[in-house]
Amino acid sequence: MCLGIPGEVIEFLPDQPDLARVNVSGARRVINVGLLAEDPPRPGEWVLIHVGFALSKIDEAEAAAALQFLEGIGQAYQDELRALAASRIE
Amino acid sequence: MRFVDEFRDAEKAHALAAKIAALCEPGRQYKLMEVCGGHTHTIYKHGLEDYLPETITLVHGPGCPVCVIPMGRVDDAIHLAAQPDVIMTSFGDMMRVPGSNGSFFDANAEGTNIRMVYSPLDSLKIARQNPDKRVVFMAIGFETTAPSTAMTLLRAAAEGIGNFFVFCNHVTIIPAIKAILDSPDLRLDGFIGPGHVSTVIGCRPYEFIAADYGKPVVVAGFEPLDILQSIYMLMRQLAEGRAEVENQYSRVVPWQGNPVALRAIGETMALRPYFEWRGLGFISHSALQIREKYAAFDAELAFQVPGVRVADPKACQCGEVLKGVLKPWECKVFGTACTPETPIGTCMVSPEGACAAYYNFGRFRRTRVAEAEVSRA
Amino acid sequence: MTIQAADREQQVLDRIDRARRRKPRIREERITMAHGAGGKASRTLVEAIFLDAFRNPLLEPLEDAALLAVGGASLALTTDSYVVSPLFFPGGDIGDLAVNGTVNDLAVTGATPLFLSAGFILEEGFAVADLERITASMRDAADAAGVRVVTGDTKVVQKGKADGCYISTAGLGIRAGDADLSAASARPGDAVIVSGPIGDHGVTIMLARGELDIEADVHSDTAPLNGLVAALLEALPGPGAVRTMRDATRGGVATILNEIARSAQVGVRVSEDDIPVRPEVRGASELLGIDPMYVACEGRLVAVVEGGQADRALAALRAHPLGAQAAIIGQVTGDNPGIVTLTTGFGGTRIVDLLVGDPLPRIC
Repeated sequence: MCLGIPGEVIEFLPDQPDLARVNVSGARRVINVGLLAEDPPRPGEWVLIHVGFALSKIDEAEAAAALQFLEGIGQAYQDELRALAASRIE
Repeated sequence: MRFVDEFRDAEKAHALAAKIAALCEPGRQYKLMEVCGGHTHTIYKHGLEDYLPETITLVHGPGCPVCVIPMGRVDDAIHLAAQPDVIMTSFGDMMRVPGSNGSFFDANAEGTNIRMVYSPLDSLKIARQNPDKRVVFMAIGFETTAPSTAMTLLRAAAEGIGNFFVFCNHVTIIPAIKAILDSPDLRLDGFIGPGHVSTVIGCRPYEFIAADYGKPVVVAGFEPLDILQSIYMLMRQLAEGRAEVENQYSRVVPWQGNPVALRAIGETMALRPYFEWRGLGFISHSALQIREKYAAFDAELAFQVPGVRVADPKACQCGEVLKGVLKPWECKVFGTACTPETPIGTCMVSPEGACAAYYNFGRFRRTRVAEAEVSRA
Repeated sequence: MTIQAADREQQVLDRIDRARRRKPRIREERITMAHGAGGKASRTLVEAIFLDAFRNPLLEPLEDAALLAVGGASLALTTDSYVVSPLFFPGGDIGDLAVNGTVNDLAVTGATPLFLSAGFILEEGFAVADLERITASMRDAADAAGVRVVTGDTKVVQKGKADGCYISTAGLGIRAGDADLSAASARPGDAVIVSGPIGDHGVTIMLARGELDIEADVHSDTAPLNGLVAALLEALPGPGAVRTMRDATRGGVATILNEIARSAQVGVRVSEDDIPVRPEVRGASELLGIDPMYVACEGRLVAVVEGGQADRALAALRAHPLGAQAAIIGQVTGDNPGIVTLTTGFGGTRIVDLLVGDPLPRIC
């Protein structure tokens, strides 16, 4: 519920395995990735950032699936609107 | 911004709105609660209620960790800040919350040194940089934020930092939801489940809501399409007579939660026997305190905290708003005695609070998007 | 919502409207940081204490500058104080702000800025080399703006009583005509234009303080706007074609829009997608949980122009180096007078009210 922002991992800090630099639209911050110790993120992967910590990795496959569902709904809706506009009973 | 812009597409919103409307049983009223303050904020910020038919009402729940902090604890924090050589550090959301004698801002005007930080790690850094001061971090938040405090405690312990303390006000979400479910004033049809709390605790803890109370739950993300899709998924469950826990926010929320985070909390914190929630009263096993092993960092042990219980001002109806029994504008003092400049209760101070969200974002007549749709097609 | 519930809600909304129009009172006994942020608390302070004490028709408009008729000449007078910390930041320093800020307050009244005074309050122990840097910035900024610093003052206070250096400048300019470019001139149908991306200065300062550990390629937008203003007025010379001009400083664009809505008793409706924000500023704001609409700028013009001339105004601004990213962000309406609304890219509408104090970073 709290402010969590997606950010892209750029690099880990040289002698601090818990710390990584992330990029949010060009703004960069060092955050602690210790909570992801069991499956650390790699540079290029995206994480959810909350009060200076990465809480979770953003799963690209799931994101793509979610978007696909929305695309599908959007497309079906467009089709329906077109069909509605095209069918005039009078 | 990636993973954000795609979930803000208006076209898809119209599509979802149509599908949601189609699932409404004629003549039936629906009440869905979004537990999370962050969801309340998004709903108002993007005018999402405009996309829903009249028969669906969104009820705003108590998932705003700033809103549920009793005035007495704010007083305690200010008391701590007023001790000699203390630097109090706090998230920005807390700075204007009113205690009995004013907020953190007011206290600073009287001479305390209460500083805003973005992360508990910033607070630890201040402690390292100011060895002659005692630095206290006011820890607030649900299970979303508790792991960050926990990791900071572990780090402080590992580095042997002796001048860092935590004033722990972390609360847990499940007891609050249970209090809502057990409340006789409220008949809800389903829950838009907390998004970021779930990254830590996972989705299993919500199963009792479906199993024991028969209400569907959909764990939702924070973009407008996430919330609309979650409402769609809830309506689909209701139409199909199902009551299950579903995860709309699967790109971020793992079903099992985050074991490292849970272990960190378990290592450093334990449940308090009971804790007072503003508006909800005392709830057992609903808040965290620092474990004995880390007692050296516990502000409540290192300092004498008055711990006076302060009743809410008589005029304040935050409790009912937090439970979703009252809409913000139904509170007697909403907008007159209680405004963002002169907040009486926390629902108005925190940007997550239902009252602040409504006052700042929703305070005027809106035409429903559905009606606009009909006239457009 | 049933009819009765909707009516009850409207009654409450009406009650709120009346409450908001009541005479401002200061409830606090002590000044807090909120009083200095440019939002509601600041306005209440000004109205309840200063306006109340000094009340006169020249002060009452509470515009960026006072318009004075002296011996047949039409003058504009303004003053501002600069207490920024840190003193030096990407894109400029306190000296730049001290000149540009005051020049801009004059420029937006349609005045040609001519002369500045500069008062310095220096902290004991302040580095002379830093003072020289600041003064050099002021000289360069004054040259760029075409103004001269003609009088000043210096005071030194003990260590700890000032944050290095505070500067207060007053500015005098001359107006060719008596065009009313105040906020009260806006009318339904007008277009609202901003001269470039918003929030650059405030975010730069927040990051430059170094407490937040965020790095970004942002720099202050501090600049003298009198050239840009002249270009706009030249392109739209007709009387009343340019209705209102303000420079967005403390409190950001949202504060200006609210001042216009309130002064002119009109509605202002802006579209989120049309408001220019640099990606880095957006990213830093997202990380902090603040809204760029409320973040200070120091070189951005907000102009309200007659609707039919919006495109010409935009072209004129964009032709000027400082206005390359100018954009039409919305319009003035007759609905919801006194209220600023924003349509999100999403289609939803929300109110953009004045904040009480500074935008507070959210965690939640």
